[in-house]
Amino acid sequence: MAIDNMAGMLTRRGLLKRTGGLAALASTGLAGKLMAQEPISVAGIYTVPVEQQWVSRIHVAAEAAKAAGLISYTYSENTANTDYPRVMREYAESGAQLIIGEIFGVEQEAREVVLDYPDTAFLMGSSFMPDEAYPNLGVFDNYIQDASYLSGIIAGAMSESGNIGMVGGFPIPEVNRLMHAFMAGVKEIKPEATFQVSFIGSWFDPPKAKETAFAMIESGADMLYAERFGVSDAAQEKGVLAIGNVIDTQADYPETVVASALWDFGPTLAAALAKVSDGSFSAENYGIYSFMKEGGCSLAPLGTFEGKVPQEALDMVAAKEAAIKDGSFTVEINDEEPTSS
Amino acid sequence: MTEIIDILISASFWAAVLRIASPLIFATLGELICERAGVLNLGIEGIMVFGAFAGWMAVYAGFGLWPGVLVALLAGMAFGALHALLTVPFGLSQHVVGLGITMLATSSAYYAYRLALPEVTSPPRIDPFQPLHIPVLSDIPWLGQALFSQTALTWAAFGCAALVALVLYRTPLGLAVRAAGENPQAVEAQGLSVAAIRMGAVIVGSGLMAVGGAFLTMSAFSSFFFEMVNGRGWICIALVVFGAWKPGKALLGALLFAGFDALQIRLQQTPMGQLVPYQVFLMIPYVLSILALILMSRRAEVPAALMTPFNRGER
Repeated sequence: MAIDNMAGMLTRRGLLKRTGGLAALASTGLAGKLMAQEPISVAGIYTVPVEQQWVSRIHVAAEAAKAAGLISYTYSENTANTDYPRVMREYAESGAQLIIGEIFGVEQEAREVVLDYPDTAFLMGSSFMPDEAYPNLGVFDNYIQDASYLSGIIAGAMSESGNIGMVGGFPIPEVNRLMHAFMAGVKEIKPEATFQVSFIGSWFDPPKAKETAFAMIESGADMLYAERFGVSDAAQEKGVLAIGNVIDTQADYPETVVASALWDFGPTLAAALAKVSDGSFSAENYGIYSFMKEGGCSLAPLGTFEGKVPQEALDMVAAKEAAIKDGSFTVEINDEEPTSS
Repeated sequence: MTEIIDILISASFWAAVLRIASPLIFATLGELICERAGVLNLGIEGIMVFGAFAGWMAVYAGFGLWPGVLVALLAGMAFGALHALLTVPFGLSQHVVGLGITMLATSSAYYAYRLALPEVTSPPRIDPFQPLHIPVLSDIPWLGQALFSQTALTWAAFGCAALVALVLYRTPLGLAVRAAGENPQAVEAQGLSVAAIRMGAVIVGSGLMAVGGAFLTMSAFSSFFFEMVNGRGWICIALVVFGAWKPGKALLGALLFAGFDALQIRLQQTPMGQLVPYQVFLMIPYVLSILALILMSRRAEVPAALMTPFNRGER
């Protein structure tokens, strides 16, 4: 327990950690067996409000696990990156067994923190791969390229001009890989399709995303890939179609959003919880639990577009989905920055 | 080169310029009023956030669009009153107070949002202002689409610019505001209260900033996100300098900045977009604005008493 502390001086932080360590020791030693069925204490730390589409998937999955009595769940939202390591420490000190969140903006600092709390499991969204040097840090990301690929097939079938607009926030791996998978799907059914790709340099500037989408529609796009809020609004206003990403927004844009690639964080969380409870949590890439064959992503129901998508495309989606699930087909993972074509 | 010309002659480009400029016009005018009276208002970014929130929330609560604008205006004025109290009678550092107001207003918006909507999956949407169809004018080919397909709030922005210019240069009130920023002792000698004039200017200016923020949630978009103001407030502070503290030039500056922004969005779609990294395009409006700032501000007349607190009887 906390061997790295033995040589430490008597600082406030050291003292806190040592007393915390004692409490943890007592609980695992004496009550460990009895407490085995107790809910696992999970804490979430998010840099944005829980409404944000990406984070909302994590939050919803955690709330579901809490409702099922599997975990106790508390969270901090809108945590500034500069505050992030402090909040990680606070939850670790207060006895959280599993801390989930996103460290895209604090990759290095977060890794320093996890070393100080070897008995706490950290499951963090990260752009990097797991590293044995940080044995209690599992990483994940929304690897939903399978669903993005399928949504691309539908987009290709529904686009008449074959000119497709894509508005992204920043070209980071997560965004790039989904865009590439989407484009690959489009090309399955419309090999001659062209793409307009733009990044707006912000995650939350819907007016700007909307302006960018307007510009794409003016240059001939009749199908938009709505990676950001604001894009579907432009499509709706101009009467063109859109494909959603991560969450299903068709309820808000019933005449506009044809299909969406959905992310379900449930399988990722379930895998992490299983490993926390049997003590085998390690530096793993939990991103694979977002794959379609793990149930981590899916294509949203067609809803209002039921019967409007060509059967040929639906057949292809069904065939590819089956192939993805049985492992005979793998959607390529390409993290490079996409460009217009 | 031909691509740029193609973009410049397209009607939709000019429509986009007016749309992008509108929130900047409101907020720039607000900042200009504050600074003409001698008070730098760095609360602008946060006040815009709060205005964006308050106006949208009011509409969501069922108040209707114009009452929503009024709510945003009043909310901005409330933060303006706090700013004015701290900087004018108390004479505190305008930089520190301004940044403090930005943080307070941003956090208050977040706090109020969470109180009002504790559990939602995505921020609710409202029915925003729609483009107005003006008989005859909107039907003119090209021009109708370029200039006359805007929402009422955009028209209000331009109306505001005219009104602010009129009041500043053609009324005794405007003269008093300008004098408070140039030579407060002279205002005092006239028997007017410098403190009252300055506080009034900051309060009214802050109200306009909030309306600028509200444009984002009530016209440009239909929902509220915390980071959606995204630095527009800081741009407006530069636009005031660019406009040499004159409403007409500031309006021009806002249009120019919006023009660069609308242009870069469209340039990303041209063949040039495949050769040049997208970050360069995103930089264009800022880089060109800095260049324009250098050219324009050489002969600018800074209000002589800007950022100088006034204490009665002190020499």
